[in-house]
Amino acid sequence: MAAPEEPLPPVIYTMENKPIVTCAGDQNLFTSIYPTLSQQLPREPMEWRRSYGRAPKMIHLESNFVQFKEELLPKEGNKALLTFPFLHIYWTECCDTEVYKATVKDDLTKWQNVLKAHSSVDWLIVVVENDAKKKNKTNILPRTSIVDKIRNDFCNKQSDRCVVLSDPLKDSSRTQESWNAFLTKLRTLLLMSFTKNLGKFEDDMRTLREKRTEPGWSFCEYFMVQEELAFVFEMLQQFEDALVQYDELDALFSQYVVNFGAGDGANWLTFFCQPVKSWSGLILRKPIDMEKRELIQRQEATLLDLRSYLFSRQCTLLLFLQRPWEVAQRALELLHSCVQELKLLEVSVPPGALDCWVFLSCLEVLQRIEGCCDRAQIDSNIAHTVGLWSYATEKLKSLGYLCGLVSEKGPNSEDLNRTVDLLAGLGAERPETANTAQSPYKKLKEALSSVEAFEKHYLDLSHATIEMYTSIGRIRSAKFVGKDLAEFYMRKKSPQKAEIYLQGALKTYLAEGWALPITHTRKQLAECQKHLGQTENYLQTSSLLASDYHLTEEQRKYFCQEVLSFAHQQSDSPGIICRNVHMLLRRQESSSSLETPSGVALEDGAHMLRCSNVTLEPGANKITFRTQAKEPGTYTLRQLSASVGPVRFVLPHIYPLVQYDVYSQEPQLHVEPLANSLLAGIPQKVKFTVTTGHYTVRNGDSLQLSNAEAMLILCQAENRAVIYSNTREKSSDAALRVQSSDKVTSISLPAAPAYHVIEFELDVLSLPSAPAAGGESDLRGTPEPHRKHKDRQTAGHCMVTTDHKVSIDCPWSIYSTVIALTFSVPFRTTHSLLSTGTRKYVQLCVQNLSELDFQLSDSNLVATGDSTDLQLIPLNTESQQCICSKQPVFFVWELRWTREPPPALHGQFSIGFSPASEEQLSVSLKPYTYEFQVENYFTLYNVKAEIFPPSGMQHCRTGLLCSLEVSITRLSDLLEVDKDEALMESDQCFLTKLMYEVVDNSSNWAVCGKSCGAISMPVAARATHRVRMDVMPLFAGHLPLPDVRLFKYLPHHSAHSSQLDADSWIENDSLSVDRHGDEQSDGGSGRSRGSVHSASSAEHKGLPMPRLQALPTGQVFNSSAGMQVLVLPSQDNHVLEVSVT
Amino acid sequence: MAVCIAVIAKENYPLYIRSTPTENELKFHYMVHTSLDVVDEKISAMGKALVDQRELYLGLLYPTEDYKVYPSVPSRMFRKLHNSYTDVMCNPFYNPGDRIQSRAFDNMVMSMMIQVC
Repeated sequence: MAAPEEPLPPVIYTMENKPIVTCAGDQNLFTSIYPTLSQQLPREPMEWRRSYGRAPKMIHLESNFVQFKEELLPKEGNKALLTFPFLHIYWTECCDTEVYKATVKDDLTKWQNVLKAHSSVDWLIVVVENDAKKKNKTNILPRTSIVDKIRNDFCNKQSDRCVVLSDPLKDSSRTQESWNAFLTKLRTLLLMSFTKNLGKFEDDMRTLREKRTEPGWSFCEYFMVQEELAFVFEMLQQFEDALVQYDELDALFSQYVVNFGAGDGANWLTFFCQPVKSWSGLILRKPIDMEKRELIQRQEATLLDLRSYLFSRQCTLLLFLQRPWEVAQRALELLHSCVQELKLLEVSVPPGALDCWVFLSCLEVLQRIEGCCDRAQIDSNIAHTVGLWSYATEKLKSLGYLCGLVSEKGPNSEDLNRTVDLLAGLGAERPETANTAQSPYKKLKEALSSVEAFEKHYLDLSHATIEMYTSIGRIRSAKFVGKDLAEFYMRKKSPQKAEIYLQGALKTYLAEGWALPITHTRKQLAECQKHLGQTENYLQTSSLLASDYHLTEEQRKYFCQEVLSFAHQQSDSPGIICRNVHMLLRRQESSSSLETPSGVALEDGAHMLRCSNVTLEPGANKITFRTQAKEPGTYTLRQLSASVGPVRFVLPHIYPLVQYDVYSQEPQLHVEPLANSLLAGIPQKVKFTVTTGHYTVRNGDSLQLSNAEAMLILCQAENRAVIYSNTREKSSDAALRVQSSDKVTSISLPAAPAYHVIEFELDVLSLPSAPAAGGESDLRGTPEPHRKHKDRQTAGHCMVTTDHKVSIDCPWSIYSTVIALTFSVPFRTTHSLLSTGTRKYVQLCVQNLSELDFQLSDSNLVATGDSTDLQLIPLNTESQQCICSKQPVFFVWELRWTREPPPALHGQFSIGFSPASEEQLSVSLKPYTYEFQVENYFTLYNVKAEIFPPSGMQHCRTGLLCSLEVSITRLSDLLEVDKDEALMESDQCFLTKLMYEVVDNSSNWAVCGKSCGAISMPVAARATHRVRMDVMPLFAGHLPLPDVRLFKYLPHHSAHSSQLDADSWIENDSLSVDRHGDEQSDGGSGRSRGSVHSASSAEHKGLPMPRLQALPTGQVFNSSAGMQVLVLPSQDNHVLEVSVT
Repeated sequence: MAVCIAVIAKENYPLYIRSTPTENELKFHYMVHTSLDVVDEKISAMGKALVDQRELYLGLLYPTEDYKVYPSVPSRMFRKLHNSYTDVMCNPFYNPGDRIQSRAFDNMVMSMMIQVC
């Protein structure tokens, strides 16, 4: 603790102030011992146990030994502690009882009486023994007797108040022991005294403090009391405790000021409210500023006096405690709070006075700290001191402004008067700094003496502060001081020096996004740049300010005007007229070059969107750029540049990306039916859509349609085309010219711009082509042209379609566009052959499949081919007939012939039709035609069945056998159709093999015996074959006769077919014959049933079998078809047995 | 009395700043900004030793002649402010880092500036 204190200036006060110990008795003796005593006393520390729960402390004791005088003893009520004698010692080396009795005892008694009179109980009697002296005198009492006597006479019960010190000046172990015991005793007693007396003092002090609410209480008086305590602690080197006393006083005072501000004023405080007349700053170079202390004592101190004195004491103690940085920190707080307290107490302060006081104080504190620290310590603790530097700079600045030192012209007389007043308030320089060249006093006086001196000092301070802030990384603070400096330079008309500071500050604010400081600094920078004539920078800053919403509209208009007036624009309106706004386009990513911070480069762009004479209104503006895209691609808008006269604004990067795509659309032709499907045979509308794409349709451009054979394009007079824009808005319409020649139909398109759509409709007519229908050789087949088998289930609704392919030449292409149009035939026609005996009829059923109703007319059937002999007699009466949607209409013709008719009939049915709804059609429609073929239509055999009741009975009865007679009659002579495998020739007549079969599908009859059999039938007219068999009716009523079927019985030697043994086949396969017949009547194909059969039977039997072939229905006429026989119920009484359980 | 309350993002830009004598707004902005020097200093001084992240109070930052700048006002006020700030953060429509534009936060700050000493 002692070592670092050495560089401190000698603290005289503390040297003088040690606890006072009085010495009475033998002065010569004490003088001889004193050197050893004063040296030995502080050597060993002693533990000081303290009152009020304070922590015990080890303490090195020192004392100021003074000769005992009664005046030293404090009188009643005297609270001085510094001069208080803490211990009274009586010294004697008396060893002679007589001497004791004669003088010493009296002396002691007198001393004791004086002490008692002053209620002092802290005393000690020291008896020094000297061996040498003892030897000289023979009649001495044992030494104990003198000590005992003294103890007996004076010490009462406190025998420890008398101690013996043996041979104090010798160098022996006994001496050493004696000293140790003595010193311990002395220290103990001293501490006891301290504890007791300081405790008593503190109690008194507290009592005094508790009275602070009483009217007559004085802070200054109390201050003096508590300071006394502080002094004692300081005297005892207990600086911490001493500091506590001042801090308590500080806090007490502060609290009073705060309370005063809150309206709770104390009387004594009004004294501190006297106007400030002196502002000489803190004085920290003396341990105690006695001048100020006396002012306090006399209750004449001002607030600044009190604060200054208090702080100087705190400073002294903190420096003793090696806490210089706390001094700096506390100083700043003090200066701030003084300024605040003066405001709070409404103390009148001349302008600038406080600035002087603060400035001087800052420098004083800094110099005081510098005085006790080395450079390295200071440099590493800038963070603690820089606040004071900054504060001093700030205050000097305001003084400069106040005294007219920061202007081009210098101070005026008013400024000078003010300066003189301020300097007067400083008073004379104190003697302790009078010889210091750089004293705060001298600095201030010099700084206020002239413009040049001020500048020098202010710049020095500012630069030092900025440097310090920068060195400890407080960049923001540095920039802030820099901004002040910039303001100063601007005042001094040195914008070139101001610029760097403004730029630096602005950069920091921008980096951290502080809008208001940005705006403010930018405004300052604008002014600076204007003065510097940095046109480009000024315009840039001005335009930023013009768009800064933190400024008022007035200010923004001003900056806007600045930009405009540079651009030589006469603008009365608040709007800006941009001669040129363009956006730079880039198709490809350019090399990513970072733009230079100063100014932005406009990149070269191959394309630009340009917009001229744009009036910009305040706020967000919407500007539409138009361009004509020439090349397809993706265009990115890279930069925005706006020019106002020579001023150009560039947005170097547009973010987020703005892009547009340019693509080229090929012209297209699209043809589609207007309705769901097109119907053949009647005019139908087809929509043509031409999407022009990039192609511009000029007058004279036409579509060339190569005509399909069976499709007509109907040219109507009032065809119109409508032209739509790209956005489907109708832009115009025009007449459409359609010209048809044999091969080509030419449609002249109306002129239309690119990216438009031309739409028009045309009527087309699909001519009914001669259908490839017609009967197959098999009469039972139903013609189904174009229809696929899998559609069979839905065939009833499915229309036959025909495709027409149209090739169209478009003006924009050398290639033809081929378009397929599908037309549906609205009708389906079926034919059937009807017979009655040998007379023949053809029935045609026309089914309307479409949704439309049609008017039918002019039905006609002609035989084609070589059957010229045939006559077709229509049995249809109406020439006009309506055929409703989804309904059929029937037509019947009778066939007649004179000579032997041809084996097959080729018929062509035609019928005119037109939509029933249409009033008139401009075109004549072609009739609908249907071709068919009917073969084997002559009746060769008549089959007649008859049932006769049993003999003797009039009617058939159930359960009774009846007789079935089947007669098969040949109706014609040998014909071409008979010439087949079954034909045999014998005895000038021809025979053919037939097989009959009786089948009763409805199970009304039971056929008894053989139900079938083969017969040889002569091929001659009227040849008849009769067969008889028994049948039994199973039910009563009018029963239809069983079916009789006739087959051709083909011999087995057919090359391709296996043959059946007639009997075995008949026996086991009567069902399959039935089924076969069903299939045939359904209109199945003309497959031979035998061949079907052969696949299964031929293999496992391996025998040649005869074949059966059903006769075509046209060749057999069943004359008994539809006949019924009355069957009566049996007369037997049947017993119905009913059993009940 | 609180005269200015600012919420600063960790990137040092103001998320929120509001002061009562509005004519001095600029001064407060400068002051708050400058005091960030000390915040930086204190935080880096704590450095990695800042284990207890709950210790949010940094003490007096930046005394000036007229005002004292605290990183946050002590205890009760601070808790109120912090709770309100947490509410703002919990708003699903608030993007952390955006300037705070919340009426609730506004009202809370205003009430602090008026009422508290």
